[in-house]
Amino acid sequence: MSTAGFNSQNGTGTGQAYANGPSQNPVALQQLPGVSYGMTHQPTYNPMQAKAPAPPGPGLYPSGAYQPIPPVSSYQPGPPLTSYPAPPGQPLLTRPPLGIAPSHTPPQSASPSPGPRLPPAQATPPPPAVSSSSYYPNPQQPQPMAPSWQYNTAPPPMGPPASMSTPPRGPVGNHVNPASSATLPPPPPLSSAAAAYSSAPPPAHVSHSATQPPGPGMPPTSLHGYTQPGTAPPPVNPMAPHKYQQNRPPYGPPTTGPPPTGPPPAMKPTPPPTGPPMANATPPAPKPDAQCGAAVNSTLSPTEPDCQEGDIECPGTVAGNGPQAPNNYNHVDNKMAGPPQPGPPGRHLGHYPSLPPGYQNTSAPHNATSPMHPAMQAATQPYTQAPQPYQQPHGGPGPAQLSPSLAAMSLQSSTPEALRVVNLLQERNLLPPTPIPAPAPCLPQDLQKLNCNPEVFRCTLTSIPQTQSLLNKAKMPLGLLLHPFKDLSQLPVVTSSTIVRCRSCRTYINPFVSFLDQRRWKCNLCYRVNDVPEEFMYNPVSRSYGEPHKRPEVQNATIEFIAPSEYMLRPPQPAVYLFVLDVSHNAVETGYLNVFCQSLLENINALPGDSRTKVGFITFDSTIHFYNLQEGLSQPQMLIVSDIEDIFLPTPDSLLVNLNECKELVQDLLKSLPNLFEKTMETQSALGSALQAAFKLLSPTGGRMSVFQTQLPNLGVGALQSREDPNQRASAKDIQHLSPATDFYKKLALDCSGQQVAVDLFLLSAQYCDLASLGCISRYSAGSVYYYPSYHHQHNPAQVERFQKDLKRYLTRKIGFEAVMRIRCTKGLSIHTFHGNFFVRSTDLLSLPNVNPDAGFAVQMSIEENLDEMQVVSFQAALLYTSSKGERRIRVHTLCLPVVSSLSDIFSGADVQAITGLLACMAVDRSVTASLSDARDAMTNAAIDSLTSYRQSVLTIQQPGLLAPACLRLFPLFILALLKQKAFRTGTSTRLDDRVFAMCQLKYQPLAYAMLMIHPALYRVDDLTDEGALNINERTIPQPRVLQLSVEKLSREGAFLMDAGIVMYLWIGRNCHPNFLTQVLGVPSYAAVPDNLYLLPELDTAESQRTRAFIGWLRDQRPFYPSLHVIRDESQLKASFMQNMIEDRTESALSYYEFLLHLQQQISK
Amino acid sequence: MAFTFAAFCYMLALLLTAALIFFAIWHIIAFDELKTDYKNPIDQCNTLNPLVLPEYLIHFFFCVMFFCAAEWLTLCLNLPLLAYHVWRYMSRPVMSCPGLYDPTTIMNADILAYCQKEGWCKLAFYLLSFFYYLYGYGFIFTSCSSALRINDSHRALVFYLRMSNM
Repeated sequence: MSTAGFNSQNGTGTGQAYANGPSQNPVALQQLPGVSYGMTHQPTYNPMQAKAPAPPGPGLYPSGAYQPIPPVSSYQPGPPLTSYPAPPGQPLLTRPPLGIAPSHTPPQSASPSPGPRLPPAQATPPPPAVSSSSYYPNPQQPQPMAPSWQYNTAPPPMGPPASMSTPPRGPVGNHVNPASSATLPPPPPLSSAAAAYSSAPPPAHVSHSATQPPGPGMPPTSLHGYTQPGTAPPPVNPMAPHKYQQNRPPYGPPTTGPPPTGPPPAMKPTPPPTGPPMANATPPAPKPDAQCGAAVNSTLSPTEPDCQEGDIECPGTVAGNGPQAPNNYNHVDNKMAGPPQPGPPGRHLGHYPSLPPGYQNTSAPHNATSPMHPAMQAATQPYTQAPQPYQQPHGGPGPAQLSPSLAAMSLQSSTPEALRVVNLLQERNLLPPTPIPAPAPCLPQDLQKLNCNPEVFRCTLTSIPQTQSLLNKAKMPLGLLLHPFKDLSQLPVVTSSTIVRCRSCRTYINPFVSFLDQRRWKCNLCYRVNDVPEEFMYNPVSRSYGEPHKRPEVQNATIEFIAPSEYMLRPPQPAVYLFVLDVSHNAVETGYLNVFCQSLLENINALPGDSRTKVGFITFDSTIHFYNLQEGLSQPQMLIVSDIEDIFLPTPDSLLVNLNECKELVQDLLKSLPNLFEKTMETQSALGSALQAAFKLLSPTGGRMSVFQTQLPNLGVGALQSREDPNQRASAKDIQHLSPATDFYKKLALDCSGQQVAVDLFLLSAQYCDLASLGCISRYSAGSVYYYPSYHHQHNPAQVERFQKDLKRYLTRKIGFEAVMRIRCTKGLSIHTFHGNFFVRSTDLLSLPNVNPDAGFAVQMSIEENLDEMQVVSFQAALLYTSSKGERRIRVHTLCLPVVSSLSDIFSGADVQAITGLLACMAVDRSVTASLSDARDAMTNAAIDSLTSYRQSVLTIQQPGLLAPACLRLFPLFILALLKQKAFRTGTSTRLDDRVFAMCQLKYQPLAYAMLMIHPALYRVDDLTDEGALNINERTIPQPRVLQLSVEKLSREGAFLMDAGIVMYLWIGRNCHPNFLTQVLGVPSYAAVPDNLYLLPELDTAESQRTRAFIGWLRDQRPFYPSLHVIRDESQLKASFMQNMIEDRTESALSYYEFLLHLQQQISK
Repeated sequence: MAFTFAAFCYMLALLLTAALIFFAIWHIIAFDELKTDYKNPIDQCNTLNPLVLPEYLIHFFFCVMFFCAAEWLTLCLNLPLLAYHVWRYMSRPVMSCPGLYDPTTIMNADILAYCQKEGWCKLAFYLLSFFYYLYGYGFIFTSCSSALRINDSHRALVFYLRMSNM
């Protein structure tokens, strides 16, 4: 009866939806979730991580509460960061060696004592002006007065936090009447558990469950569970944190997860234990926990969520809800928890969110066995892992004493790592040696495990503030960054006659909905209760009936549906590709036609499509040339239309032809095309008319238009004039002409968008092309822009290679036609602005005539209504598109994030990369609508404002120096990098087109690639070793550490690779080891390194193989092809290499240290 | 003269302001529809843009009339709006057709909110000025007609006297 099929498939869309679940191999299925996100449980499991969660939380609590110690400071992240006493080798900065390491020592410097103040380096460059402009609506300074909730962060005041933690509404009620919860909006933290197990288990909850002693859990009793105790915590799956978290310091899970959100919600959770009649009044203490657990078990047998987990973990057991399921969990739990702790049997699920998150992991288990206070134990643990200079006092209070104050303490201390105070002026080496992972939201682990991959969907604040005013206080932008059509290695695809959606808000069913009972589910966005359709009751994966919560839709945050006909306004369009080629004299000179025709010939069979695929060609100079490729012709027929003012199609039917039927003609054309125009003397370019013609050609079907342009269009409609004044390139004043000169291209793009035509622009030009105007054609039709400055087939081989590789990727990558993307979010949140290439058709709907796997989007959000009734909010991006095979598909991503009420939690959940990415998008908008200097000021202010807010509202102990939470420690660096980025820099000669292109890239690139553009990665490659190397496909890929972008890191004896996204530089030191020169570059000496070397010779030496493997690996990670330039001191490109040395000072820009001083000045004002 | 130019201006302004009120209501409705997803921004901009200049011109027109009628107070009350209109139109996005609204940016929450607020403010302004013109018209008309009455009675008196003389 089930029509649903569930299948794992490649992102490529070729995958077949399997029809009936039953045939599925359970094992394969079980893999699914794990694989797609890379979170396979066991394999990835890292004991360190497992432990990690525990330590941070508990450890802090005791210390924090009783002692006025900056909570964070006590911890030192073991690996990456070197604390203040910086390594001796930093000559650049004149930092007085301060004896005081304030951050680590407790309360010493409570007042902003002058102690560590550093004399500002002689910063000659004028500090960036601080203007009042800011991105945040609320101009006012964060109030020094901390609102009550702000106390949470403050260690000493225990009272307020406690109150915070136990909001009256919460705990008891929830616990007690879980059933009722179903109807209620999920009350506070606890309630979440109660409300719907699935919907939003409180964060605290999470960790808690994970740590639970693996006893034989109470078997959840059957399905009935739904109806009753909503309270049961969702499936407690102690999943190890996702792969991507691996890099984290040992605290790993806790730091990322629990800490940020932890406090507020976490706090609440504690109450619950008390609430329940059975549980003890004293929440925090171990006992309560145990009791709580027991209580829970008894009361809440039926935890559906568990089943979910079970499904994944052990498919076999899934079917039965019975006692077995719990066992599974327990099993898992053990692994998760790290050290197996003997727990009383039956605890397993029970663990209510009784303890604040920090505790739960370690504490719970301990509690059961030992009287020792969990917090204390936890505290000690971290140290063992990474010895700390500072010892936490744990002698003090016994559990009994602690318990009352625990709640209070938990607030402040919950996030050790993310909130650790870092004095940026003193800690020099903040850059982690490996790529920075995305912080994980502080959600219950079972939810987090289901959450969307951060590469696809991430939020600037992994803890959502409750109110807009709170958000304004934090002075950080709230927004989402999406990469919705990313190529995924594993993507579950569901074929179903009915796609289950909320009846009122049309949200797709997702892992974060709650099942009230077997027949009803509650939408997690609008909270409407919906019926579960009959078909949905059957689970094709387990071939069982009556387990809607185990369906793939409810098990995967990223899923693809094959859409039935209701999702089509017209029959799915075929894949249609139209190529519009500039063949003027200028274009022929560059020689791109050869490369293009060659690439297309090679890849013509790899064009995504089916038997209906159509192609067409248009060339243009001062006239428009069409090519009749009608079947039956002996050779292609060129039709020239010279009336460019009133363009028409000479033979409308035969210009776009079926690729399969006319392949030979097409190949003929491609072979002859480069020669056709060899002798042309036509220098004019009627691009506007050509685009109009192409639009006419494509408008009946829709499709993709690829435009290759090599000069400024100067004839007919859409003609442009050069607006760039080369003398102003380096001007420090405002840059003009960042906005389009005409709306012709925009209007045409809107027309295209309406007819489902996307325009991709390839700009190959040495001169100014007014990308600001031309780019509109792609921006509003959801196309992409490629720019190859100074392209020439002989003079610029690196560009040619890049063009070739990009074309190959472009022609063969997946494509979705006639797409729309809708982003829904929980009631109370609303979308403010979109960034990327698209047309916004309504407040939450983007029209994307084409969607490609390399497109990223950013969304600014605002909070319209208070979210205080919710523990979590969800965002759902649904992308409806037609695959190249003519299938209508819907790809749905759902992200779930906790809601917090304190500033410290917001700060601890900040995702610095996402914030930087979003700020970059906002700055691009600002520089177009206002001015570049305005945008620069706004970026600087963003850093100042957020750090000021942190200092005034979160830090209770004022130390001198520039203090930032550890999670934002790179923020000033990234802001400085943005200010020095091509798009925003001033004072350095930058061509207008380069600048505009960089702006386009910042808005259009997915975050991972945009970050490389903003802050390139620098590696030393002359001493690559296999130590710590990755092994992929039997290739060994060395993993050198990322270095700071400062000349001080370079040495004449070495060779350094700078990876700046679309370009890589290999810088060879003058005294580079001859071994490297001969073994890798294949030259005898430094002097023999050729000037424009862009290819590493394939030498059969270990060094060469390592280097090439590493570079190849870097290239493989991104969809475009970065060209490599080998440079020496004399090379022309040395300047562009050095411009990426962001931490150094240039004539026109501050060094990193000076920038920090500037920030500090502004902050302490 | 029974019917002064000023009175005529007020009467005209009254009628035109009534029209402007409809413009403002239409504007508000249109943006509300946009916000609630009922309309495609391209269509909506296409319907709104042609109305922008007429509205501005109407307002400009009766400002000129008041200027000619030397109604300085009324003119001063209208000058801020006039200046705003000029500024607004000068700072419009690059467009080849008349109008203010760009379908690609109109869905931005800031712009949408701004336009909605603008609509409400204008509606309020036009309503107030409607009653102001009504009052101004009544005031001038009554003063005129009272003057007329005196005039008439004077004439009547003269006429009567002449008649009597005869």
